[in-house]
Amino acid sequence: MASTETFYEVMRRQGISRRSFLKYCSLTAAALGLAPSYAGRIAEAMETKPRTPVLWLHGLECTCCTESFIRSAHPLAQDVVLSMISLDYDDTLMAAAGHQAEAILEEIRERYRGNYILAVEGNPPLAQDGMSCIIAGRPFLEQLQEVAADCKAVIAWGSCASWGCVQAARPNPTRATPVHEVIRDKPVIKVPGCPPIAEVMTGVITYMLTFDRLPPLDRQGRPLMFYGQRIHDKCYRRPHFDAGQFVESWDDEGARKGYCLYKMGCKGPTTYNACSTVRWNDGVSFPIQSGHGCIGCSERDFWDKDSFYDHVTDTHVFGIEANADRVGIAAAGSVGAAIGAHAVASALHRTKQRDRAQHEEREE
Amino acid sequence: MLQDIPTVRQTAVYVYQAPVRVWHWVNALSILVLAVTGYLIGAPPPTLSGEASDHYLMGNIRFLHFAAAYVFAVGFLFRIYWALVGNTYSRQLFSLPFWRRRFWRELVHELRWYAFLEREPCKYIGHNPLAHLFMVAIITVGGLVMIVTGFALYAEQTGLGSWQDELFGWVIPWVGQSQDVRMWHHWGMWVIVVFVMLHVYTAIREDIMSRQSLISTMISGWRMFKDDRP
Ligand code: HEM
Ligand code: HEM
Ligand code: SF4
Ligand code: SF4
Repeated sequence: MASTETFYEVMRRQGISRRSFLKYCSLTAAALGLAPSYAGRIAEAMETKPRTPVLWLHGLECTCCTESFIRSAHPLAQDVVLSMISLDYDDTLMAAAGHQAEAILEEIRERYRGNYILAVEGNPPLAQDGMSCIIAGRPFLEQLQEVAADCKAVIAWGSCASWGCVQAARPNPTRATPVHEVIRDKPVIKVPGCPPIAEVMTGVITYMLTFDRLPPLDRQGRPLMFYGQRIHDKCYRRPHFDAGQFVESWDDEGARKGYCLYKMGCKGPTTYNACSTVRWNDGVSFPIQSGHGCIGCSERDFWDKDSFYDHVTDTHVFGIEANADRVGIAAAGSVGAAIGAHAVASALHRTKQRDRAQHEEREE
Repeated sequence: MLQDIPTVRQTAVYVYQAPVRVWHWVNALSILVLAVTGYLIGAPPPTLSGEASDHYLMGNIRFLHFAAAYVFAVGFLFRIYWALVGNTYSRQLFSLPFWRRRFWRELVHELRWYAFLEREPCKYIGHNPLAHLFMVAIITVGGLVMIVTGFALYAEQTGLGSWQDELFGWVIPWVGQSQDVRMWHHWGMWVIVVFVMLHVYTAIREDIMSRQSLISTMISGWRMFKDDRP
């Protein structure tokens, strides 16, 4: 099954015309924010480079990343990418099952040692010897570590693999752990989101396969072309933010006029993702465009950051739950009252002391 | 004859050099602006009607915050420089003699004075130990925390690769994520607000009740003592 065909050959075999292939190359160059001349380079790379296999493992997850991926906006992109990576191993999409499937994993590891890409959806739970996620009779952690040992690079799909996501939310009973914390000797590219946008996923994987290198990453390992800026930096409601025009409640005039959702708890100012430019479902819309604030789904531990509908969120530290503004106003208020009381007491004390001093003087 | 005229002799010491005094008031003003505009960034004023292009309210509030932030940060750097070249008292803000028994003894004495348990406060040429402790904790350490978290948030809009990002960009992943940094920056404001309330109150109270001048000292630089007892 594994072969040394080029990507182009695989695509042709899948019935994709040359015209469609070239169109795909231009689209990809555009999605990656590259100059049009790159379309030719992508085409050339795909015609000449031997196909790099991609193994797609699933740990503790909900499969929303796969669901997003196979709905890649452009049907062409979807076909091409699917045939390109051909998903030699993917629990959800492959035809093989049982021992046959495990055999594929083994074969790719042997044959493409150090040359395949490992895509991980979900994460390994470490508590109770990993029994919360068993694959082929063994804890997922073992499968992950074995396959990662011989790969070229790891792609951590979605917030689960990147940060832990919902299964790692406090108190994280299964100790679900993000991939970069268990795989330390390979580059881990984080593509967070719950799920990540389909075009972002196909864009990242195409970049890696065609250019045979990692995309430029930020400090935390996220591809810059999609995660270099916040939702807020590119949001089309931003002029209303700057003007001071906010939705104050869900059914008010501001909501109808499409004002900024900051006061409704929009996390756009603290969230790095491409939603406000790439958007969802073939570029149709994204949450803010539909009138709901961003919930920060691509940010670390976003489930634990309290209400989706408050801007100044509660703090959970040392087991204390507190809201900065509520505590701050209460503290300033009580300190103010204490100052008042202390001032009065000081004045009384001073007159008393003075009286006593005068009294003493007179007695002398 | 002459002896009949009541005389009050006052000892005066030059404590706060001009740059420290100027810094104090500039710093106080910038913190005031930062706290008010910062609060409004967290809880913006009611919505304005009309076209978005008619207003720039949040833009202006944020501009004021960032302008005051630069004043605060540059002032902070300048104050460090002055601690190096200024007199002994200019160094108090950056050193706390917590290893000295005397510091703690006087601290307790100062606390007892505020609790009306002492008849008289001690005299200090520089800060009293309680003020000293709070100034180091809130202004020096707290100010540094506000600058580091503030510039990390600022780097989010100046963008990756900007000098703000190069210098402070590491803060966000280190703390957790952007929302956490905002949260601590926001808590910091309340800590500073409470300090300023106490500071201003005690400055006025001690100016009246203690044995030395305070407010005029921060204006003229001279500390006057009201009596000659030790
Ligand atoms: C935002 C407001 C303020 C802040 C952050 C602040 C901060 C400080 C700091 C850091 C010092 C130590 C100066 C040094 O050693 O370099 C100081 C001293 C002093 N401040 Fe303020 N201050 C503020 C407002 C005020 C106000 C409104 C007054 C007047 C009522 C005042 C009166 C004084 C006095 C009298 C001293 C000298 C204390 C002493 O003699 O030991 N401050 N302040
Ligand atoms: C005493 C000093 C300061 C105080 C009291 C203060 C206070 C605040 C507060 C309360 C907020 C709102 C946080 C929220 O979103 O809930 C804020 C936001 C912010 N502050 Fe400060 N701050 C101070 C210094 C600084 C400094 C030195 C900088 C550096 C440039 C800075 C930059 C920022 C930025 C970038 C934001 C976010 C604004 C936005 O995204 O719209 N702050 N500040
Ligand atoms: S809706 Fe959200 S992302 Fe858009 S401008 Fe307002 S706060 Fe920013
Ligand atoms: S708008 Fe925010 S919450 Fe919604 S998908 Fe994008 S990053 Fe996630």
